[in-house]
Amino acid sequence: MLAGVCFGDEPCLLIPSRKTTIKHANVLIFFLFSQENAGQFFSSGHTNNWAVLVCTSRFWFNYRHVANTLSVYRSVKRLGIPDSHIVLMLADDMACNHRNPKPATVFSHKNMELNVYGDDVEVDYRGYEVTVENFLRVLTGRLPPSTPRAPSVINEQIHCWILPLHSYTVVSYIKCHGGNGFLKFQDSEEISNVELADAFEQMWQKRRYNELLFIIDTCQGASMYERFYSPNLMALASSQVGEDSLSHQPDLAIGVHLMDRYTFYLLEFLEDIHPASKTNMNDLFKVCPKSHCVSTPGHRTDLFLRDPGSVLVTDFFGSVRKVELTMETINLTGHIKQWEESAADGEPRKETYSYSDQLPVSEIIHQKPKQKDWHPPDGFILGLWTLILLVFFKTYGIKHLKHIF
Amino acid sequence: MRCVFSLLSAEQSQPVCQNASFIMKIIVKRRRGHLAALSIAAVVIMVGVPLWWRTTETYRAWLPVSQIQELSKLQLQLSADVEVVFSRGTVTPEQQKKLPLTQTQDEEHRVDEDTALSYRYETRYRTATVMEEDALNQPTAAEADLSLHTLSESPCGSLVVYVIPESSTLLPQDVDVYIGRRRTAFLRIGAKMRVGRTLEQLLAHMEPRVKQVLQVMSFSHTDITAALSDRVRLSPGNKESIADSMRAFKSSPGYEITFSLLNPDPKSHRLHWDIEGAAQTYIQPLLTKLAPVANFSMDSQTLYYAVLGVSPRFDSSRSTYTLNADSLAHVINPVEARLGSNAASSNPVLNFLLYVPDAHHSPLYIHDRKKQEVPSNAFHSPRWGGIMVYNVNDFYGPEAVFPVDINIDMAKVMGVFLAQLRLLLGVQSSSAPPGFLVAPCGTAGLADWELDRLMWSRSVENVATATTTITSLAQLLDQIGNIVINDNIAEQVSSAVTSLQLAVAELESGNLGFALQYSKEAILASERAFFDPSLLHLLYFPDDQKFAIYIPLFLPMCVPILLSLLKIISDARQKRRDKQAKKD
Repeated sequence: MLAGVCFGDEPCLLIPSRKTTIKHANVLIFFLFSQENAGQFFSSGHTNNWAVLVCTSRFWFNYRHVANTLSVYRSVKRLGIPDSHIVLMLADDMACNHRNPKPATVFSHKNMELNVYGDDVEVDYRGYEVTVENFLRVLTGRLPPSTPRAPSVINEQIHCWILPLHSYTVVSYIKCHGGNGFLKFQDSEEISNVELADAFEQMWQKRRYNELLFIIDTCQGASMYERFYSPNLMALASSQVGEDSLSHQPDLAIGVHLMDRYTFYLLEFLEDIHPASKTNMNDLFKVCPKSHCVSTPGHRTDLFLRDPGSVLVTDFFGSVRKVELTMETINLTGHIKQWEESAADGEPRKETYSYSDQLPVSEIIHQKPKQKDWHPPDGFILGLWTLILLVFFKTYGIKHLKHIF
Repeated sequence: MRCVFSLLSAEQSQPVCQNASFIMKIIVKRRRGHLAALSIAAVVIMVGVPLWWRTTETYRAWLPVSQIQELSKLQLQLSADVEVVFSRGTVTPEQQKKLPLTQTQDEEHRVDEDTALSYRYETRYRTATVMEEDALNQPTAAEADLSLHTLSESPCGSLVVYVIPESSTLLPQDVDVYIGRRRTAFLRIGAKMRVGRTLEQLLAHMEPRVKQVLQVMSFSHTDITAALSDRVRLSPGNKESIADSMRAFKSSPGYEITFSLLNPDPKSHRLHWDIEGAAQTYIQPLLTKLAPVANFSMDSQTLYYAVLGVSPRFDSSRSTYTLNADSLAHVINPVEARLGSNAASSNPVLNFLLYVPDAHHSPLYIHDRKKQEVPSNAFHSPRWGGIMVYNVNDFYGPEAVFPVDINIDMAKVMGVFLAQLRLLLGVQSSSAPPGFLVAPCGTAGLADWELDRLMWSRSVENVATATTTITSLAQLLDQIGNIVINDNIAEQVSSAVTSLQLAVAELESGNLGFALQYSKEAILASERAFFDPSLLHLLYFPDDQKFAIYIPLFLPMCVPILLSLLKIISDARQKRRDKQAKKD
């Protein structure tokens, strides 16, 4: 994009949501962030795109959610976003599940045509680490200092141990189960649409994204983007409020549904995209009409500054680095200084190296018990004592209390 | 005496003087009941409701909101000291009597409604001392520069311009200005300034030319506005400055530099590179000089069987393999995964890769868009690093025994990497105007005035970023009423605000070193406050959930209280009505 107006990345937030026919829905959230550098000085438009792909459903029958997320992961990688810029959160491990007839594989097409798990999948958050808290931490960048760099994501600008995101487009794809105004995480938590909107507002305040594409595939997915209020957000959902997103193909050998309808057609659409293609967002909105999807996909573009017809799909999904040729060199004269040997007697000085402690065992063994703050008695204890007192008063009457106190 | 009670027992119309004690008891009981209900209601309202309110509100420590509001209107004043020294032959003795003379110029620029910049130049005009005249008599400009430097050293952020007569042989014929390695410049006085003009005319003539020198050696409006790009959405006016600002890394307290040697063909080439010595000799002086700006750490690695993701084309006319400019963009992503650059630290990483092509694809040259060979055979990617292709096919003949031992010429390699490093750190400025001669940067790789420019733009960038962070944090916390604000966050915010105010004050008074230091502290504190892990607790509860929690707790308690209060009120009203009836 040679618009020359904004030079940051534009995050896109795409949230496709799909509801599956099975009761337990998994939430799959795709987030795609993209960053765009404008300027005629550089050759290509999109440089710094990030993707956040989230699947929040557990259990074997939610196989399709993991398969969907992994297929989107494959597409996004194929179009150029490197692993270092993708955060993949999978709530359950389908490939190594005991019920998987073909271990170490996750198929996204029936008759086991395409293994989307492969050899080089990098899952950043797995299993029980996929929580609402971690998800929000990744988005807003409020990670504790001990987080390793890879899952911290989304940062160009790095200040000490904080990894802030810096303007780029983010694609977020979420696949999950949801309801009107909330998404379910792992069968035990949920995130509401207001919290999600607040999280995006926090990202916007710190300019962690330039443009955000949010795709959500859950039941009643359109309710999730109703509350957004930050600028430069584009949202896509697989179903409207009151509708369910449905699944697509069961595979008889594996025994579960492999894909959801919306993601299936979305991926078919993405297969035709290559890094130099010119399809724009309006084509993406037309993916999966009601005849195919049974539910009505929806989208929201009023917060987006640019016209969706002028936004290329590769702005969000692809990532090509800008390069410049080095025209100047510095003429260096002078020879390389030899290292001065500090040992004048000529003996080679041996430095002993040792591994640093992986686990501070001595600290753990000699740990003092932590001082716990005193808390007033918990609700259960209070309730129990109240019950006992009530029974006592009932049997003995109040005037007998004077014998006790 | 007993009939007095008939007033109180309003519903008993007949006097009940006989069972007085019974009535007394009823009245006392009723009063006690009323008192009990009233006191419970009083306790609930006076004590209970405030207690519930205080215990369920989110803890928000106090933030200096008014100071933050002041900071959001950024008014930066940058001041630079310039000394203009007239050497012999440029001023007449009468003009000399009026010197030394000091002038101050102010320039105001308004970037947008929240940001205003003002530049102040304090120019001091004086004549040269005898020692300086001797120094200026050297045969070449470089030697003159060196000897002047031994006489005195200008402080950080200031400049000295020596005006030399038109006939001087110090500068080549077509060059009017020479910019030295430290903070001095030589300016040749114009032809029309013959002796005989007044001092005012001389100064008026000098002023635009000194200004031009200042634009190159000190801060310029385009650079400063480019540094403010985080805060201000710039119009695509000056492509050069936008390109410069997008190429350089954003300001950070530390950087990590990684040198990698990629050897795809260890069977043919056994490569030796003295990276430690080369880094110490060539790169370390630059990093030491840049120490006030950021901390740097260096490491290096060698990767075997690492290939570029693009296959080069064979150019039969030159019998070489070529990589054209368009395919370079696809080289980086596949190779980046192998580099392991993310593991070491959380600072931004600058990767410098040296790729030695395998024996079957040697020699490999990079071609630009015009199909010309790039002399340095290297390219760089903004905010990532640089890659250089080093051909070794000249080192051995066709009958050599593989693997061949090859020593890499580190001076050539480091020359390219140093140039790329300068670009990536934002040192390189736009090319000098015509008639200017810029001295080569020397062993340190960085001239003093280039360092000053970098420090100016870094300070401004840090101040702008820190103010944006703090104001947006305050706005965010205001907007989202559910976030818990702990004391340590309030502390960080206060310290960030203090550092920012100090940084702006130091910039105004021209102390560049202190300004940079304070701005770095400000940005660290503000980032730490904004990204504190505890600011996550969005205690949002939808209204229906709040009702669902509180109603089972409070309703059973409140209903009896309310009903008894209502009963009291109706009793009192009834009594009053009876009293009225009695009076009539």
